[in-house]
Amino acid sequence: MGKTLAEKVWEAHVVSRADGEPDLLYIDLHLVHEVTSPQAFDALRSAGRVVRRPDLTLATEDHNVPTIDIDKPIADPISRAQVEALRKNCAEFGVPLFPLGSEDQGIVHVVGPQLGLTQPGMTVVCGDSHTSTHGAFGALAFGIGTSEVEHVLATQTLPLKPFKTMAITINGPLPEGVTAKDLILAVIAQIGTGGGQGYVLEYRGEGVEGLSMEGRMTLCNMSIEAGARAGMVAPDDTTFDYLQGRPHAPQGADWDAAVAYWKTLRTDADARFDAEVVIEASELSPFVTWGTNPGQGVPLAGVVPSPDDAADEVERVAIERALEYMALTPGTPIREIPVDTVFVGSCTNGRIEDLRAAASILEGRKVADGVRMLVVPGSVKVRLQAISEGLDRVFIDAGAEWREAGCSMCLAMNPDKLTPGERSASTSNRNFEGRQGPGGRTHLVSPQVAAATAVTGHFASPADLA
Amino acid sequence: MEAFTVHTGTAAPLRRSNVDTDQIIPAEYLKRITRHGFEDGLFSAWRSDPDFVLNQPEYAGVSVLVAGPDFGTGSSREHAVWALQDYGFTVVISSRFADIFRGNSGKAGLLTALVDQETVERLWALIEADPTTAVTVDLEAQTVSAGDLVASFDVDPYVRWRLLQGLDDIGITLQKEDAIATFESSRPAYSPTTIG
Repeated sequence: MGKTLAEKVWEAHVVSRADGEPDLLYIDLHLVHEVTSPQAFDALRSAGRVVRRPDLTLATEDHNVPTIDIDKPIADPISRAQVEALRKNCAEFGVPLFPLGSEDQGIVHVVGPQLGLTQPGMTVVCGDSHTSTHGAFGALAFGIGTSEVEHVLATQTLPLKPFKTMAITINGPLPEGVTAKDLILAVIAQIGTGGGQGYVLEYRGEGVEGLSMEGRMTLCNMSIEAGARAGMVAPDDTTFDYLQGRPHAPQGADWDAAVAYWKTLRTDADARFDAEVVIEASELSPFVTWGTNPGQGVPLAGVVPSPDDAADEVERVAIERALEYMALTPGTPIREIPVDTVFVGSCTNGRIEDLRAAASILEGRKVADGVRMLVVPGSVKVRLQAISEGLDRVFIDAGAEWREAGCSMCLAMNPDKLTPGERSASTSNRNFEGRQGPGGRTHLVSPQVAAATAVTGHFASPADLA
Repeated sequence: MEAFTVHTGTAAPLRRSNVDTDQIIPAEYLKRITRHGFEDGLFSAWRSDPDFVLNQPEYAGVSVLVAGPDFGTGSSREHAVWALQDYGFTVVISSRFADIFRGNSGKAGLLTALVDQETVERLWALIEADPTTAVTVDLEAQTVSAGDLVASFDVDPYVRWRLLQGLDDIGITLQKEDAIATFESSRPAYSPTTIG
């Protein structure tokens, strides 16, 4: 029987295998940031261990860093201490680091791909659940906890039990106005936040093949919100074109050898998935979450659901609780819900294509009175690219705040937060209670819907703007 | 890591589903660079509510948490496990755990006992009827018992073995140093490095 893409990558990384034990898997790239690494470095230090492969490890500062006044010391002393701990640890253990102020600094999942470090067939880990992003290149990429960060630092391997595989096939091209974000929100609404538990998702079909690398990254990024540790897309010419010429991509004969191998990384025709989901692209439309987990979403044209719609008691209680937290009434049209803040950014939608999409809608328009809009590039490189294209002027002229790179309001570890009761349209990945600040109410949307919503002050799609 | 064999303690019922790691400990508590002291962040948004279960005096000193399905979804933060441990929890019982949370628990020595939802409901009823009910979790026998209830639970066999032995994963892996070195020497020449 043939193998799936995920199985091929897995098999190519087995260091040792024995009955009754997890496989020991080699890790090709370990990305590190300031929040989930200090305890791991501490443990190495107290055990007298070294980082086995600093040359396969890369650190960047992203979660905690401010997005204004980055030339000044970080104001919050605890954030500053954490960032300083990362700098000290990287220096001591020889790990390359892109600190605040570096031209390569940015969100860890934006930085890896833009440098060409994320390549097909690799294993990529990071102490961050959105590591699934890198699966867009046909890499097996997943988030790990701090104990595992320590394990990879010390051994460049991880003991792992094989995942099951799930195919998510998108038949037909995405309709006009439907983005990768809408697609993944629809997938999560269909299979649920636990639907992918124990699986690696492979996104396939025409609706996926037609996506750019940025779109594929958005798609794979939110695999974790369906409970799956990893999501993958088989590499193709779109992948190779994106990679060629990037600083860490292979060159010359190495490039040819790499591409020849990468072309074998497709699920075999006779391979079997443990589960399959099929979605007709023609049925998709812009999507908005209404609740407090990413599976609680509906089309923009829809209404806030009622607890009476629940399939069981557990779901009924969950809907009631979410409606109460979100201060929403069943039956309210999504388009009638007003927002206070619009956030464009994050590892989900903070890439250049996302900023271009938002800017194209804001061009010649204004952010509605009383609405605050933050645009936070995913990396310094994305920021510089946007500036070279004049996108910064579009945002500023529309009345949005144009910020420096970082995770920012996606998880509110830095000063960018919602205040209690404030409601956002956010291009990030999690609408959990308090995720964007205590008491904040988050609705997840695409950059296109975010920009249109900023203009009207309530949820809207670009098509709604006359 | 300390070996885990049998644990007996009182339990708290957490009648919520989809308790994500942002609820277990919000991001603002993750700035600490030490390994301990995360108990103040545990369920911090809910702890300000006097009706929250852990604020009830009858649930003081609990060491077993009985939670609704899909516990630990979301972020990979191991701080969620540490916060539960620092507060005093040794075992979490649920009918469904998120993968990364469950993996992190196994590494850090917090037992995640997977039972069916019916067992969760029965435990909730027992504990709420009498919060002093002792709940015993036997990792060797893989059983949860409380009052007249005895139910088996699922745990990954390898994690179970490691917890019973109290073994450190890195120590186990470093015994395979030769295999790692052999694998490394066979990696393709075009594999990227982060330096240069």
